[in-house]
Amino acid sequence: MISKKEVQHIAKLARLGVTKKEEEKFGNDLSAILDYIEKLKKVDVTETRETSHPTSIKNIMRADEVSKFEKKLIDGHLKVRSILR
Amino acid sequence: MNLTELTINQAHEGLKRKDFSALELCREHLDNIKNKNKEVFAFLEIADDSALAAAKKADDLVARGGDLPILAGIPLAVKDNILVEGVKCTAASKILENYVAPYDATVVKRLKKQGAVILGKTNLDEFAMGSSTENSAFGPTRNPHDLTRVPGGSSGGSAAAVAGKMALGALGSDTGGSIRLPASFCGVVGLKPTYGAVSRFGLMAFASSLDQIGPIAKTVEDAKIIYEAISGKDKMDSTSVPLPEIENWKLKIENLRIGVPKEYFIKGIDPEVEKIVKSAIKKYEDAGAKIVEVSLPHTEYALPAYYIINPSEASANLARYDGIKYGFSKQEKSLLDVYLKSRGEGFGTEVRRRIMLGTYALSSGYYEAYYRRAQRVRTKVIEDFNNAFKKVDIILTPTSPVLPFKIGERIDDPLSMYLVDVYTVSINLAGLPALSMPCGKVGKLPLGLQIIGQFFKENQIFEAAAFFEKLS
Repeated sequence: MISKKEVQHIAKLARLGVTKKEEEKFGNDLSAILDYIEKLKKVDVTETRETSHPTSIKNIMRADEVSKFEKKLIDGHLKVRSILR
Repeated sequence: MNLTELTINQAHEGLKRKDFSALELCREHLDNIKNKNKEVFAFLEIADDSALAAAKKADDLVARGGDLPILAGIPLAVKDNILVEGVKCTAASKILENYVAPYDATVVKRLKKQGAVILGKTNLDEFAMGSSTENSAFGPTRNPHDLTRVPGGSSGGSAAAVAGKMALGALGSDTGGSIRLPASFCGVVGLKPTYGAVSRFGLMAFASSLDQIGPIAKTVEDAKIIYEAISGKDKMDSTSVPLPEIENWKLKIENLRIGVPKEYFIKGIDPEVEKIVKSAIKKYEDAGAKIVEVSLPHTEYALPAYYIINPSEASANLARYDGIKYGFSKQEKSLLDVYLKSRGEGFGTEVRRRIMLGTYALSSGYYEAYYRRAQRVRTKVIEDFNNAFKKVDIILTPTSPVLPFKIGERIDDPLSMYLVDVYTVSINLAGLPALSMPCGKVGKLPLGLQIIGQFFKENQIFEAAAFFEKLS
């Protein structure tokens, strides 16, 4: 069971705003989904390797080239929202 | 002649013979969109001007004579999580409401290179998260066969556009069934290609180890035409691969070995769906194919593994929408509040639910029990398919356990929505190609047969599908 407090904790980790009203709904939804996922515990995977990707390719490289940039620059700088105050 | 009734190949022949112009073809589709979009809501954005300009260019090409590429002048629709330069790309999310794509996705570039006409951008579940297209921030798409029902999702707009004759073909994306399910619900053909067969450059990343772009079309041949145009290695997507040389494989029905997994016909399947899919399989058998019962013993664990892996990857991929780099932004006193407010108000309920689920599964203390275990179960699912394909060439299953359901029926119960994907997610976990094609109807509601193939053997799937198309 995911408590309201856990919902608050996860939402903060994920940088998501959640209203008080939503906390309960998300808690119930996540609990139901996680209960269903419990099934996975029945599979014996002690000898099984992990798959993170369906094809066995690795280290595919290309030249790191700067693409043409169309945005307007101000004195050679790009204007973005301020993040430091 | 009603030009919206044509297939891609028929339209191509008509253009070559100058029976009609690309402009006429384009205008008829735009008119049909304008008539139907209010009730079906397949399109989020209609790109009249650029579509008509592209059609004009195709007509110039016809006038000049010489070879006409198969997609020149063909009106197509593109799911709104795939970038088309200069056109808004929202992923059906408030957080990207006013985002204009700065470049073309590789698939779009390849379509345009042939002279295809992009009519507009189609509706989807927000960031492709859903099975009904009800999760769009701009309103649900309705099934053209029954407006009270969902078109399936998440590429519901693309499937409804093709089924409603608003485009001759469309692009969708498939992370756990998002092309095949709407193809099934809307009575059209949809292919999820082998992982790596089609470039994902310019597709908004959702779950990167599962996502593939693919075609939705009226016929198997049309799906093949679009697939051939968009597939192949792209240096901008390091997970795309050069397509292996296709052996010259011609279908001989008496040599075809068809696997039917016993785990797919169990409790939970609508009896009507079971009956129609089994009679489709019987048609292959009567034509001389060998039917083999196969076992995919980890089938029931594929869905729970998928609903760990998919949200985990999504939670990482969607971290980029922070209220700073893109679109929707709430100005708050602290940076943390900018994040919380922008993401809290910019993302819809399902997107936040998945991000939280993924964040939880990846968080300290739970990573081993959830994420790593799910990745191991993923290996088991792949081994099941490898074993089955030792005995058979293709596998036939239903695409969905249920018929198109009513709008609103499942939206408040996320788990019941997830269960609709039970027959499609394993294929994405394994990276295999699979196609859904119409195989019958219950009343006016269509349903799909899923043909699962081996890695990069889309050609076998197309031939087996075309064989069935001719039978029915």
